[in-house]
Amino acid sequence: MIWLDTLVQGILLGGLYALFAAGLSLVFGIMRLVNLAHGDLIVFAAFLILVTVNLLGLNPFLSALLAAPLMFATGWALQRLVLNRVLGKDILPPLLITFGLSVALQNGMLEVFSADSQRIRAGALESASVDLGPVTVGTLPLLTFGSAVLAIFLLNRLFYSTALGRAFRATSDDPVTASLMGINPRGVFAIATGLAMVIVTLAALYLGMRANFDPSIGPARLIYAFEAVIIGGLGSLWGTLAGGAIIGIAQTVGAQINPEWQILAGHIAFLVVLLIRPRGLFPRAVD
Amino acid sequence: MQPNPDTPLLETRGLTAAYGQFKALFGIDLHIHPGECVAIIGANGAGKTTLMRAITGVLRNDPGMVLHRSTPIGALSPDQVMQRGIAMVPEGRKLFPSLSVEENLLIGGQVRRGSGHWSLDAIYRLFPILRERRHSPGTALSGGQQQMVAIGRALMSNPELLLCDEISLGLAPVVIRDIYAALPAIRDTGAAVVLVEQDIARALSVADRIYCLMEGRVTLTAPSAEVTRAAIHAAYFGEAA
Ligand SMILES: Nc1ncnc2c1ncn2[C@@H]1O[C@H](COP(=O)(O)OP(=O)(O)OP(=O)(O)O)[C@@H](O)[C@H]1O
Ligand SMILES: [Mg+2]
Repeated sequence: MIWLDTLVQGILLGGLYALFAAGLSLVFGIMRLVNLAHGDLIVFAAFLILVTVNLLGLNPFLSALLAAPLMFATGWALQRLVLNRVLGKDILPPLLITFGLSVALQNGMLEVFSADSQRIRAGALESASVDLGPVTVGTLPLLTFGSAVLAIFLLNRLFYSTALGRAFRATSDDPVTASLMGINPRGVFAIATGLAMVIVTLAALYLGMRANFDPSIGPARLIYAFEAVIIGGLGSLWGTLAGGAIIGIAQTVGAQINPEWQILAGHIAFLVVLLIRPRGLFPRAVD
Repeated sequence: MQPNPDTPLLETRGLTAAYGQFKALFGIDLHIHPGECVAIIGANGAGKTTLMRAITGVLRNDPGMVLHRSTPIGALSPDQVMQRGIAMVPEGRKLFPSLSVEENLLIGGQVRRGSGHWSLDAIYRLFPILRERRHSPGTALSGGQQQMVAIGRALMSNPELLLCDEISLGLAPVVIRDIYAALPAIRDTGAAVVLVEQDIARALSVADRIYCLMEGRVTLTAPSAEVTRAAIHAAYFGEAA
């Protein structure tokens, strides 16, 4: 029974990692850009939600609803003002810029919020649980996983059955030809990054309610996100969910054996999957 | 306001273009009137595709080098040029591999001008085979069918000017005939058409006027009915006739 419990906890934890990863995957899929500040942006969004909770006394979910448009605007402006200028054949400039942004964000948050760890208080939800027959699971992890599934479902719908999604795919295929169709690739990129930041807000909400966070934890969230994307296969959002679940399971199983092994077990699972399937479980992108 | 019938729909004035240090166009002057069909001929590397890229904004220029109804558009981006009613069928078709045939058509109509003639249904009537293949990935089609998609995709915006870069490239003669059979229906909507074409006989038979390019310059322009083979030969290869 304990193993079934561990498995279920792992899968639910994977939902959080999938939320970390979905925005990264979206941006990479559309503009072949790896945003090294992705994890720090998650932490930034968590602070934004925290501040709204503390200042306005709102509940975390409403705060996230307020933070989401702000984060969209942040992503949109980041793309318009900075990233669009460095996108090109050479992949190094965007990496350097986003690495710089990551360092700047961490230091800025340290300055403003100090190094103290914080938590978004969720009241009774923190300890609530649901009885699912053989296992009992926390309501919060269940909500996290449900949100991840819903977010990925909606993103897929957006991608494959709306005009915006069509423009995303066309621009990803060939930005020059897309521009001949009246699409402004830079505008499309800005919307995509804005959208990624909305998912980042959702990830930040659950990250902040689940555990303590401080300005320094962004890079590790980026690593989990990155591993989930790679395990799932570039370009497949459902693959990203599977990737998140695999890391989650590996971590909870590792922790079950020896608490010190939790993080390491996730990385080992990543390496094992890469050894067996170098292109991930569900590769879609051909390049 | 009644547009002046003498104002060209599109005009280039001393249009130049370069790839880095390499100059590809040296001062092209041409004009296209509303509803006209103009062919642009020239040998490989003459600069025909470069000319299309410069007109559509893929290569940027001084504003005054390209005029749309007397408005300078030379410095606009491709999406802005397209929104003015100038649609492109690019060389090599360039369908979007991630999109189905129908999605390729729809994306061409994402920016539409007015309530013009063209719709999915009208494109399927023009090229019935596309209706059968509408859910296939665009790139799964034969070359000729892909060319039909590329043309339909450009038409979906109801352009005033349709630019076609070598629509017969690499296609069998019967297929080329099918594709050219669509031209009258396209012109019936009042659109002007520019055909970049290597097949001189075909260019002369369908176009009102031709321009011949050689090494980035216009070497001949004349109404199709008035040009002689000798003049074309001279303009094409730069030899005295
Ligand atoms: N992307 C590019 N970079 C550098 N030079 C280029 C590029 N594209 C074209 N050229 C050069 O510019 C000149 C004009 O090429 P362009 O493609 O416009 O010719 P074209 O008339 O369309 O030829 P074709 O009939 O082969 O399509 C050629 O000398 C070509 O080598
Ligand atoms: Mg060409």
